[in-house]
Amino acid sequence: MKKKTRRLYIALVGLCALGAIAALVLAALEDDIVFFFSPTEVIEQGKVDLDRRIRIGGLVEAGSVEKAADGVTNIFVVTDMANTIPVHYKGLLPDLFREGQGVVAEGYFRNDVLVADEVLAKHDENYMPPEVADALKKSGKWEEGQPITEALKQGHVPDELKDK
Amino acid sequence: MYAEIGHFALILALFVAVVQGVVPLAAGPMGNRRWMNIAGPASIAQFILIAAAFAALTHAFVTSDFSVLNVAKNSHTDKPLLYKVSGVWGNHEGSMLLWVLILATFGCAVQVFGRNLPSGLKNRTLAVQSLITVGFLMFILFTSNPFERLLDVPANGQSLNPLLQDPGLAFHPPFLYLGYVGFSIAYSFAIAALIEGRVDASWARWVRPWTLAAWIFLTVGIALGSWWAYYELGWGGWWFWDPVENASFMPWLAGTALLHSAIVVEKRDALKSWTIFLAIIAFGLSLLGTFLVRSGVLTSVHAFATDPERGVFILILLIIAIGGSFALYAVRGPSLVGGGLFKPVSREGALLFNNWILTTATGVVLLGTLYPLFIDVIDAGKVSVGAPFYNRVFIPIMTPLVILMALGPLMSWKRGDAKGILSRMYLVYGATLAAVILTFILKGEEGWGGYFGMGLATWLAVGTLWDVAERIKLGKTSFGQSLKRLARQPRATWGMTIAHLGLAITIAGMTGAGNWKVEKIQVMNFGDQIEVAGFTYTFEGVRDIRGPNYDALEGTFTVHKDGKLVTTLLAEKREYDTGGMPTTEAAIYPMFLGDLYAVVGDKSGDGYVTRLYWNPLIAWLWGGCGLLTLGGLVSLSDRRHRVGAPKRSALANKAIAEGAKA
Repeated sequence: MKKKTRRLYIALVGLCALGAIAALVLAALEDDIVFFFSPTEVIEQGKVDLDRRIRIGGLVEAGSVEKAADGVTNIFVVTDMANTIPVHYKGLLPDLFREGQGVVAEGYFRNDVLVADEVLAKHDENYMPPEVADALKKSGKWEEGQPITEALKQGHVPDELKDK
Repeated sequence: MYAEIGHFALILALFVAVVQGVVPLAAGPMGNRRWMNIAGPASIAQFILIAAAFAALTHAFVTSDFSVLNVAKNSHTDKPLLYKVSGVWGNHEGSMLLWVLILATFGCAVQVFGRNLPSGLKNRTLAVQSLITVGFLMFILFTSNPFERLLDVPANGQSLNPLLQDPGLAFHPPFLYLGYVGFSIAYSFAIAALIEGRVDASWARWVRPWTLAAWIFLTVGIALGSWWAYYELGWGGWWFWDPVENASFMPWLAGTALLHSAIVVEKRDALKSWTIFLAIIAFGLSLLGTFLVRSGVLTSVHAFATDPERGVFILILLIIAIGGSFALYAVRGPSLVGGGLFKPVSREGALLFNNWILTTATGVVLLGTLYPLFIDVIDAGKVSVGAPFYNRVFIPIMTPLVILMALGPLMSWKRGDAKGILSRMYLVYGATLAAVILTFILKGEEGWGGYFGMGLATWLAVGTLWDVAERIKLGKTSFGQSLKRLARQPRATWGMTIAHLGLAITIAGMTGAGNWKVEKIQVMNFGDQIEVAGFTYTFEGVRDIRGPNYDALEGTFTVHKDGKLVTTLLAEKREYDTGGMPTTEAAIYPMFLGDLYAVVGDKSGDGYVTRLYWNPLIAWLWGGCGLLTLGGLVSLSDRRHRVGAPKRSALANKAIAEGAKA
């Protein structure tokens, strides 16, 4: 094989590989990403595709947390203070899960219920997931800086530390 | 008092860093060697000052000086000493101080261990390193001062986040930072080389051990973080493709590529400008990682309290560091012409292939990590990119690399004999086939992932061992001769062999843990029995216990297999005295073939919700990471890495003198 022909082959193989990778990435981005919705977007704007995993986020409605008859499935309501969505989650809730606090749940939407297989709460109790903060802001029920966590409500944090 | 000394030391360090960063670079073109030499002593002074600041903060934490805001927010008198110390870096301000301490330590280490370095290169490297320190010291002093005082001193502190009070996590940040920040040295060497316009074999020989050291630390840091997530978060997962994890994984991938391409520069005088590019990229990704973690632009289960304004500062640093170095690279890069020509099928070719794949993989992780941000910015909704995306893209990209890893080390430089190698490695084909069949027999029809992963792991493991056999001519000469050859293998070769075997074992561990995990969630009353993957868990009861600074509910499980007691597992749910969240302490019994893993949850009726797992081959994952680290250490101990640039001949010195004049 001549040098030129071989170079051409190498370039072709490289281009094909690049093309294959690009196709793979695009397909994966098409199928495997998970969209985040607030309860309002799900209920009022009907944005939900039943075949896709979705994430919803908001606050856990106070007094809504209960156990289903099987003793293992947790039932709670996620609210953005304008609309609510019930969530079913089989398993142990994360340690940080609390009524009145921000939460993100991921799963499929079935019969007006989010059947979640993942529930996320954050490592830090004074931290609001940005998506949740955004969802709450959009619904007009919460503004940045407003105390929202249990710790702040109960005055657990000394005043001089609050704004830090 | 100590806090003020610390603060003052930090301010002094900033001035020293400015001098160390500016003077040598300014003096270089003027050819003033004496001014350039200021970099050495300055790097030591800078290290001492920053170490003093760090010691002052540590003192405040250990003595629980709550008049320091940072201590009041993150410590508590009843915390065990280990967590008082780890509390120093368990928060934003302290962790940034650790960042610059490590930055200064690496600079100082170059001065101390770099006596053989050409003085021009050394001084310029130290200057560039110091400019990075200037940026981060300003960041600390202007936005995140760890020594801020409280006028109204609280009686006690708010304590460290209980999840972080854990031995694995106590040492996770220092190792991670040693890795992240360690790449700064490769970066500084690269920039210094660009300024001098000269990259040669001795340059590569100098950069390799530093890159290797950083890579080792980063490997340990990532493994510790993964291990912590496995036993502390209580759902048995070990990698979540979370943005913060990706932030540490991207520099690891780029660093691995750099490690391999530097070999080509050293041995064959080729791939020079590519290696410089990788050095810039590896540290750039470290900075990007710091930005992503510190700014909170991305949601993450790992992100703790973040602040957008600080993010902007780091973003500016990132833009200056990356933009500036790419501009310099664009000007000087083309002049770095490589000398060594090679055929596509050769050791160089294989290493280049390795680099392509690793950088592609880095790019994919970067894309996945930043994609949600991009979608958010164009206002197309909010998305998260998780494990399904990465599994689908990452595995096909990395597979050819793993396949090639068995062949590459046997290729000769310049022109390799792929056909010859492929025709001789029938043992490797056989073992791989056997592994696939064995997996099929043992696991039945549990999906393709298992056969594929075990096949790949076996291919790499047996392939690597076969490489050794070929090297020592096992069976082709007398056994004694082979042993002699084995003893003569350089440490760098040993290091490579161990690290590649480590990767094979890690792949096997990932395959097992990813494909054959068994999870059972249920309510158990006392005395109830549940079977998980052939092990019978009996819930024996719960009791309240008292730890050093927490109350805990301790659930006891006995585990039997075939009627014989395997172990007793004690899982805890802790409530820390300082309030806040309870934490779950999973009970884990590691075995060669898998871990028994039990978590006790909330009370439900008369019983408790429990989660029981069989996590197969997970110990292989950690063991494999251990071997990767060991391989790195063995390679680092190679004499050729310790002895400095050997050809410090008059010629080289002359070139430096000319470079200094130019």
